[in-house]
Amino acid sequence: MSNLLAARELMAFTLAFHIVLASLGVALPATILTAHWLGLRRGDADAMRLARRWSKAMAVTFAVGAVTGTVLSFEFGLLWPRFMERFGDAFGIAFAIEGIFFFTEAIFLAIYIYGWKRLGGWAHWWSGVPMVVTGIGGAFSVVTANSWMNAPQGFALDAAGKVVETEPLKIIFNPAWHYEVPHMILAAYMVVGFLLASIYAVGMLRGRRDRLHRLGLLIPLTIACIATPIQLFVGDTAAREVADHQPAKFASMECIQESGPEQTEYIGGICTSDGVKASIPIPYLDSFLVGFSKNTEVTGLKDIPADERPPANTLLHLAFDAMVGIGSALLLLGLWLAWSWWRRREIPRSVWFLRAVAVSGVGAILALWFGWIVTEVGRQPWIVQGYMRTSEAVTHAQGIWFAFAAVLVLYAGLGAGAVLVLRAMSRRWRAEGDEEAGEDEVPYGPGEAVAG
Amino acid sequence: MSRADVAAAILWTGATLYALFGGADFGGGFWDLVAGFDDERGARPRMRIQRSLTPVWEANHVWLIFILVVLWTAFPEAFGAIMSTLYVPIALAALGIVLRGAGFAFRKSVRRLEYRRAMGAAFAFSSVLTPFFMGTVVGAIAAGHVPADGNGAAFSSWLQPLPLLTGVLFVASGAYLAAIFLVADARRAGDGPMEDYFARRALWAAGVAGACAVAGVFALHSEARYVFDRLTAEGLPLMIVSGLCGLAVLAQLLRGARQGLRPLAAGAVVAVIWGWGVAQFPYLLPTSLRIDQAAAPGATLDSVLIVFAVAAVVVLPALGLLYWLSQRELLGD
Repeated sequence: MSNLLAARELMAFTLAFHIVLASLGVALPATILTAHWLGLRRGDADAMRLARRWSKAMAVTFAVGAVTGTVLSFEFGLLWPRFMERFGDAFGIAFAIEGIFFFTEAIFLAIYIYGWKRLGGWAHWWSGVPMVVTGIGGAFSVVTANSWMNAPQGFALDAAGKVVETEPLKIIFNPAWHYEVPHMILAAYMVVGFLLASIYAVGMLRGRRDRLHRLGLLIPLTIACIATPIQLFVGDTAAREVADHQPAKFASMECIQESGPEQTEYIGGICTSDGVKASIPIPYLDSFLVGFSKNTEVTGLKDIPADERPPANTLLHLAFDAMVGIGSALLLLGLWLAWSWWRRREIPRSVWFLRAVAVSGVGAILALWFGWIVTEVGRQPWIVQGYMRTSEAVTHAQGIWFAFAAVLVLYAGLGAGAVLVLRAMSRRWRAEGDEEAGEDEVPYGPGEAVAG
Repeated sequence: MSRADVAAAILWTGATLYALFGGADFGGGFWDLVAGFDDERGARPRMRIQRSLTPVWEANHVWLIFILVVLWTAFPEAFGAIMSTLYVPIALAALGIVLRGAGFAFRKSVRRLEYRRAMGAAFAFSSVLTPFFMGTVVGAIAAGHVPADGNGAAFSSWLQPLPLLTGVLFVASGAYLAAIFLVADARRAGDGPMEDYFARRALWAAGVAGACAVAGVFALHSEARYVFDRLTAEGLPLMIVSGLCGLAVLAQLLRGARQGLRPLAAGAVVAVIWGWGVAQFPYLLPTSLRIDQAAAPGATLDSVLIVFAVAAVVVLPALGLLYWLSQRELLGD
C-alpha cells in the first residue's frame, strides 16, 4: 500500500510538473509564429522582438520539458513495470507515433530557435511551422494513450491475462480520444496564452505601458480567449461522455450517491455517503446536463462495488468544480476583452482588467491540474479501466518514498532555476536590448579576452 | 527474419544512433569537465564544445526516447524485467539526464560567473555519470543478470565487474567520439590550437576505450559465457572490423592526419554494438528471454515497423538538415 501511494504521488507530481512544460511545447510555437508573422508581414519591430524573445524563452522551457518528459518515460517502467509488461504492446503504439512527432519537433525547434541570426525572413518563419504541427501531433499521441487507459479497447487477452492480439487503429481511436485530445490541446493553448499575457499584464501594472507590452499582452491573450469558449464546449461534451463510459468517475465528480433520474447538481461542498454538505444545490440540473432532460438516469456511487470506486470523492468533486469555475471566469475575461475591442479597438482601461489577466495564467495552470486530477484520480482504482488495477501494476522496488523526496528537491531546484533564468533573461532584455543580451559567449566568462 | 527480429534490429539501430550522437554529446560534457579549473584556459575548449552541442543535443537525446518506446511497445516483457531489476542505475541515469539537460540549458542563459560554474559543473558531472549508469544497465543485461520475469537483485545485478566495466567503456567511447567530432569541428572553424587540443585527447580516449573493450572481453569470459562464446565466433568479424577501425584512427592521429577520422571512429563503435547484438542473438535477455518470446503481437510489431519507416522518411532528412545547417555554422545564438 505504501509503495502504491508513494508511486502514485511521485507519478502525479512529475506529471503535474511536466504537463505545464508540455503545454508550452504544444502551444508556444503557434504563439511565437503569430508574433513573427505580424513582424514580417507588417514590418512590426515590436512583434518581431517579442517573437525573438519568446523563442529564447522556449529554448529553456523546451530543454526542461525534454528532460522531465524523459523522466516520465522512465517512470512508466520504474514505477509501473507490471502495467508496461502486460499492456506495453497496446499502450505503447501511440507513444511510438509520438516519437516521430517529438523528434521532428526537437529538430525544427533547434533550427528555428538558433536560426534567428543567419536564416532570414520567411524561410526562417517556415522553419518554425513544423513545430506547430508536431506539437499538436505529439499531444494527440500522448493523450490518446491516456484516453486508451480510460476507455481501453482493441486487444484480446489469453487466459493468463497477457495481450495476444492487438488492433492498433482501435487502440489509437478509442472511445475517449475524441474528447480528451482536443480538451488537452485547447488547454495547452489556454495555459500558454493566459500565462504569457499575465507576464505582460504584471509589467503593465508596474507602469511599463509601452507598445511592446500591449502587444505582448494582446497576442497571446487573443489566442487564449479564442480557445476558451471552444474549450467549454469540448469540456461539456467530455463530461457527458465520461458519464457514459466511466460512471464511477462521473458519480465522484458530481457527488452522486443514489442512481436515478432528477439528479441535483452540487456546486462545491463536501461529499459524504449521506449527501453533500455545504454546497449550493441546483435541483435536476445534473440530469439535465447529462441528457438534456431532468429524467435522465445517472448512476450513483452506491451502485458501484466499493472496491471499484475512486478514492477522495471530495477532492475529485472540488477539482472538477474548480476547473469549470476557472474556465468560466476565463470566458468572462475573454468577453470583457472582446467587448472593449469591439467598441474601442483597445484593451479595457480598467486596472482590474490587468489584474485579472495577471492572475489568469496561474488560473489556467490550476484548471489544467484540476482537470488531470479528475481524469487520473477519477480512473482509480484502475490503471487500465476495468482490466488492471493500479495496485497490480506497481513495482516491488524499495525506496519509492525516498525517490519521491529526492525528486521533490530536484524538481524544486529545476523549477526555481527555470524561473530565475527566465527572469534574468527578461531583465537583461530590458536593460540592454535584445541584440546584446545572451549572444554567443564563452561558457565561463569573462572570456572576451580569449573568445577571439 | 521474423517481424520480431526486424523490430529487434530497429531497437539496435536506435541504440547505435544514440551511442554515436548521444554518446558524443555525453563525451562533450566529459571534455568540459576535464578542461581544467582555470576559467581562462578552459574557456576555449568549453566554448568549442558548447557551440557544437547547442543546436543538436536535444535532437540527439530523442534517440533515447526512441529506444525506450520501441522496447516497451515491441518487447514489453523485456522492458518490465529490465526496469523492475535495474531500477537503481536506471533511476540514477534519469537523475543525470535531468541535471545534464537543465545544467546545459541554464548555463547558456545565466550571466554571473559563479552560477555558470555551478550549472556547468552539473552539466559536466552528469555527462559522465549518466552514460556510466547506462553502461552498467547494458553490461548487466549482457551478463544475464536480468531474469525474464523481472524483480532481479537490486544491487548485485549490476555491481559486478562486467557491468561496471561497461559503464567505464560507455564514458570512454563517448569521450573518444566527442574528441574526434570536435577535431573536425575545430578544423572547419579554422581553429588550429583546438584541433590539436582535441586530437591529443582523442588519442588518450582511444587508448582507454580500447583497453576497456579488451578488458571487457575477459570479463565476458568469466561472467557472460553465452555472449563470450558467440562474440568470439559469430561476432568475430565485427570485432575485427572494430579493432581495425580503431587502429586506423590511432595511426591517423599519430601521423597528424585528419582524413577519415569520423567514419573510422564511428565504425569502431558501431561494429562493437552490432557485435554485441550478434553475440546476444536470439536472446534479448541472455539467456532467459528470447526475442520471439518477448515480442508483442503481430499487429503491434507492424505498427512499430511502420513508425520506423515513417521516421526514416520524415525524421532522418530533417535530422540531416539540422546537421547540415549546424555544420555550416548557420545555427547559433
